[in-house]
Amino acid sequence: MSAVVEHDAGENGKQDFSMNSITVSSEAAAGKKPRSRLRLPDSRAWLAAGQWLVTLLLCAFLIVPVVMSILAGLTVNYFKGISSGFTLRWLGEVWTQYHGSVFLSLEVAAATLFITLLTGVPAGYVLARSKTRLSRVIEEFLVLPIALPGLASALALLVVYGGFTMFRMSVAFIVVGHVVFTLPFMVRAVAAVCASSDLRTLEEGAASLGASFMQRFVTIVLPNARPGIVAGALAVLTLSIGEFNLTWMLHTPDTKTLPVGLADTYASLRIEIGSAYTILFFIMTMPLLVAMQWLGVDATGQRSAAKKRGAASATKSITTP
Amino acid sequence: MTLASIPASIPITLTQCAKTFRGTRVLEPVDLRIEAGETLVLLGPSGCGKTTTLRMIAGLETPDAGGRIAFGNDDVTALPIEKRQVGMVFQSYALFPNLTVRGNIGYGLKIKRVPAENARRRIDELLAMMRLTDHADKPIDQLSGGQRQRVALARALAVEPRVLLLDEPLTALDARLRDALRSEMNTLLRDLGITTVYVTHDQAEAMELGDRIVVMSAGRIEQIGTPRDIYYRPANRAVAQFVGTINRVAGERRGGMLTTIGGAVPLPSAHRALSAQSDSTHEIFFRPEDAFLADPDHAQLRGLIESSAFLGERTRLTISGAAPDALFVDVAGRVELARGTPVGISIGHDALIALS
Repeated sequence: MSAVVEHDAGENGKQDFSMNSITVSSEAAAGKKPRSRLRLPDSRAWLAAGQWLVTLLLCAFLIVPVVMSILAGLTVNYFKGISSGFTLRWLGEVWTQYHGSVFLSLEVAAATLFITLLTGVPAGYVLARSKTRLSRVIEEFLVLPIALPGLASALALLVVYGGFTMFRMSVAFIVVGHVVFTLPFMVRAVAAVCASSDLRTLEEGAASLGASFMQRFVTIVLPNARPGIVAGALAVLTLSIGEFNLTWMLHTPDTKTLPVGLADTYASLRIEIGSAYTILFFIMTMPLLVAMQWLGVDATGQRSAAKKRGAASATKSITTP
Repeated sequence: MTLASIPASIPITLTQCAKTFRGTRVLEPVDLRIEAGETLVLLGPSGCGKTTTLRMIAGLETPDAGGRIAFGNDDVTALPIEKRQVGMVFQSYALFPNLTVRGNIGYGLKIKRVPAENARRRIDELLAMMRLTDHADKPIDQLSGGQRQRVALARALAVEPRVLLLDEPLTALDARLRDALRSEMNTLLRDLGITTVYVTHDQAEAMELGDRIVVMSAGRIEQIGTPRDIYYRPANRAVAQFVGTINRVAGERRGGMLTTIGGAVPLPSAHRALSAQSDSTHEIFFRPEDAFLADPDHAQLRGLIESSAFLGERTRLTISGAAPDALFVDVAGRVELARGTPVGISIGHDALIALS
């Protein structure tokens, strides 16, 4: 062995040497304190094994059903299993029957986003600035539709507006429901960013340079609140596309959104078609989820704060000689 | 480097300006006149009302009913900040992170709809003056602290303000940079000749930059005066103790002398006339650098070295037994005296300060 090592390049020799030294030292240590030295890695190994077990179990519960569902949507016959072969037939069937729902869902989501942007951004700004008791009360009321079951909000809407047939039958009714449900997410995300004292000082700076309120809002507040607005917008879109409880109560045969259609297919058609529908859903929402991850935004605009801190520390290190 | 475009400077007048926040008086009624072209420093510990005063001048706070603020002959009390034409530098600089250096400096010009060509020339001029030309197109977060400070100043000056308001503009910087920028700022303010209000809690900044200093504490103006007035002729104990270090000698007045435990100090003639109440307890004050070590046999006061702190250019001695309170005396840095050494100290005759 040693002859081979000598024959080889120096690096191998070094490695061999260091390996030797490690074994020597560990032997010596084992001789001195055999128990603690041996038991410590043991318990660590158990801990690691436990962590792996929990992680894998969680993955199994979370991921396996998704994978199975996707597979079910692609197999010819789910009860025969994969051996029956793969097909895109179910996807095609779902598309021909429900493509209307896809576009409707997108329309509803877009309209919901439009309204929440128009109302939620100013509301978030004002709520963040106002220190009155009334604004705290309004904030609480805004969150109510999240705390209450969607069914309750839907019933309330039906009781009040059910009589206006034209309105009740239109897509606008669904949009209203979605706005009620998603608005707090937009308001919260925007308010979190606007509440920072930094933004307030920036506004004072702009005002000292002669900018009127509207000029400040457009040139300073909106650009600097962007992380919060983007976070809110993505939350609104995903929530609107996935919303079921409330929509199910509000919908009519003409206003079926994606999740309502999904319930329909699972309830009344083959499991393969329902699963194919899930795939369709998956394809629609994945880009949104990826966008959220990619932008790294959560509801409070955390990412941007972390970024800023990083930049600040970087400049600090530049400043100090 | 001159900026000829700065308009003629104007005075600022505050009349009976007080401020109450939610029932708490943070500023007692203030009367203040800032002369045209003057640099006035508001000096005081945090919470003394100096920033509130500045924000009232800026238009970010409104004074309580009855207070009036005038720029020259214009009453601006009711004008919001965006209509007051002030240039303001914030402690955190408040630079716009969504804009470049050029965008920040040009922001006010854009708001005022200055023609693009004129604006560009003005921005270039300011960039050159602040030595920022190489950084013109960088975003704010790529600048060092000192550069940010200069951008903030350039941005405030770009709009040709009637008055310049600075809220602790050097506090965010580290000590060495602060010293360098302080003298830079001094030169700049002298060159500009614009009416300036400068808020700080740092007395060195106040001394160097201020034509006059307003010492404030607990919402009140304690004294208004030149840096020398404030330092050598403080109006009261609060001022004397906030600005620099001061020693107190308490004793009994006997025939033109103040007799205390370590000896006697001759009182200045003004003093003798001043206090009619004879033989009463009396106090006199002096600055650590105004006393000198003397032969104990011929010195005014005798005491023992309690401690000695070497500060580089000087040594600060703490002397006990000379007066009821320990006395601080500054001597040359090379002086070394062991603890317990008996020393004599004398105080220059015109360096004695009387305080009410």
